[in-house]
Amino acid sequence: MPVRRIITRRIHERPDDSWTIDAALATGGYEAFKQALGMEPEAIRGEVEAGGLRGRGGAGFPTATKWSFLPEGSYPRYLVVNADEGEPSTFKDRMLLECDPHGLVEGIAIASYTIGCNTAFVYVRGEFALGYDRLVAAVEAAREKGFLGQNIQGSGFDLDIVVHRGAGAYICGEETALLSSLEGFHGMPRIRPPFPAVEGLYAKPTIVNNVETLATLPHILAMGGAEYGAIGVERSRGTRLFSVSGTVNRPGNYELELGSTFRELIESEECAGGVLGGGQVKFFIPGGASSQWLLGEHLDAVLDMDAVMQQYGVMLGSGAVMVYDEHCCPVRVAWRLAKFFAHESCGKCTPCREGTGWITRVLHRIETGHGRKEDLDLLLDVGDNISPGLNAPFSQTTICPLGPSSVSPVVSLDKFFRDEVEEHVRLAGCPYASGARS
Amino acid sequence: MSFNDDNRRRARALIERYPNSRSAVMMLLHLAQDQDGWVSPEAIAEIAGMLDLTPAEVLGVCSFYTMYKREPVGKYVVSVCTNVTCLVRGGPELFEALGDHYADDPDVHVEEVECLAACDGAPCMQVNYDYHLNLTTETAIDTVDGYKSGARKARGVSGGAVGVASGGSA
Repeated sequence: MPVRRIITRRIHERPDDSWTIDAALATGGYEAFKQALGMEPEAIRGEVEAGGLRGRGGAGFPTATKWSFLPEGSYPRYLVVNADEGEPSTFKDRMLLECDPHGLVEGIAIASYTIGCNTAFVYVRGEFALGYDRLVAAVEAAREKGFLGQNIQGSGFDLDIVVHRGAGAYICGEETALLSSLEGFHGMPRIRPPFPAVEGLYAKPTIVNNVETLATLPHILAMGGAEYGAIGVERSRGTRLFSVSGTVNRPGNYELELGSTFRELIESEECAGGVLGGGQVKFFIPGGASSQWLLGEHLDAVLDMDAVMQQYGVMLGSGAVMVYDEHCCPVRVAWRLAKFFAHESCGKCTPCREGTGWITRVLHRIETGHGRKEDLDLLLDVGDNISPGLNAPFSQTTICPLGPSSVSPVVSLDKFFRDEVEEHVRLAGCPYASGARS
Repeated sequence: MSFNDDNRRRARALIERYPNSRSAVMMLLHLAQDQDGWVSPEAIAEIAGMLDLTPAEVLGVCSFYTMYKREPVGKYVVSVCTNVTCLVRGGPELFEALGDHYADDPDVHVEEVECLAACDGAPCMQVNYDYHLNLTTETAIDTVDGYKSGARKARGVSGGAVGVASGGSA
């Protein structure tokens, strides 16, 4: 059984009020935080390390290791929660914010206690109005119950949580852009080093963690790091939320043990239930828009963050899995992704600012019947200027990974759908739109 | 327009939450937009004054983020997703149909947006940042009309969420 409900348990047990303090307390909420307050911070970090927890936002960096980069004796230090979920087709953090904000608050409290932070900031995506409301309510309720504020539970530990709203900028999901935005500037990435752990928010030591990462912490402490870490494969331990969407029967968030397969996620009855109308998976994007693509023949690939990169050059990334059946045009999907990246490019680095626009315009002319034979090679050349070598994991001529991410659809077209691009050029139009292919 | 008294109090409480007042600029822009339906030059000047910034600095932040509207857009912002899941579930067609239907309606602003993180309900839209999922053109128009008739209660044009968590109540 690949489905395993750990961080989604409360949501399933209390579907009508999972976001309330009553539901949280009735389902073990804040017990792990109370336990944590009786532990040495280093012991908590040890449990998280034993659990093998890696960041659930996309990069997959080991959480306990990230925490260890904080310079000793340097205060204040901040925890900043990245709740700016904008990777296309990722909708897991929104669910956690709306349906289990106390799980996040408890995770923030545990992480803050562990790293020695007294003020945590949550940067919530601007469009998440309900998620913001529920998180604000959860913070207030937690304060009333004495889980936030001064001298929490008599421990001497103080913590405040400030909930902040973004305003529509995908780039702010990149941690240094997020920090710039939180400081009240344009959300533009900064060159690292210095890394945020050394010089982050207000130039103070700062840890930036994703919503799901933090929401996992109470469960690691409750289960014990060793037991949590016993789930999974290789360096991909525990469970993860996967957002499945596209031409499937039951799109949604599914929590699976790492080490399951894309086939179980996409085709099994307890998950997405297969392709609409009994059709076949033509291609799928396995880890958010920034990842390269896979084909139906790759469905047995294992949900293992490292193995998919080593074997296929793709990422599990943010856990978004977009499924396309035989009626979907890969050129149209690539063009729409390119348009997204061009729209969201912050403009700081020339290769991204100019390149994403070029990729969009060339893909658009192919899709709309004005493509030229040499266009795919032109796209690869533009892509090579943003991400030299066109490899995965990618190299980059830009500060942040947005630019290189825009190259992934182009590389995927080249790898799997060169014939379809040529068909667009030959027919002077999209074969799917004209009915030639559907 | 200037903040009314309630919102000026809220603005001060928001500023108090941050170690550095400049951090409050985005929240204050949301507050202004919820009050007035857009971010006016007067609001920018007032926010600048409250944060000890120049109006140009506040405008610079305002213009970077797509949610802030620098001209009046009507009472209802209808945000329709056309990104890569909605793309194959009818999002672009929905965007076009709603745009046509409300083309001459000054109260309804239909805009194309990037992924709203509701792909399990594609095609989806937000009306003043409340979600509506699994739409057809008909159900989407019914929904927007429901807001217009008052049968549905709308948030502010910026989502209406300016609660002050931590650092005192609003």
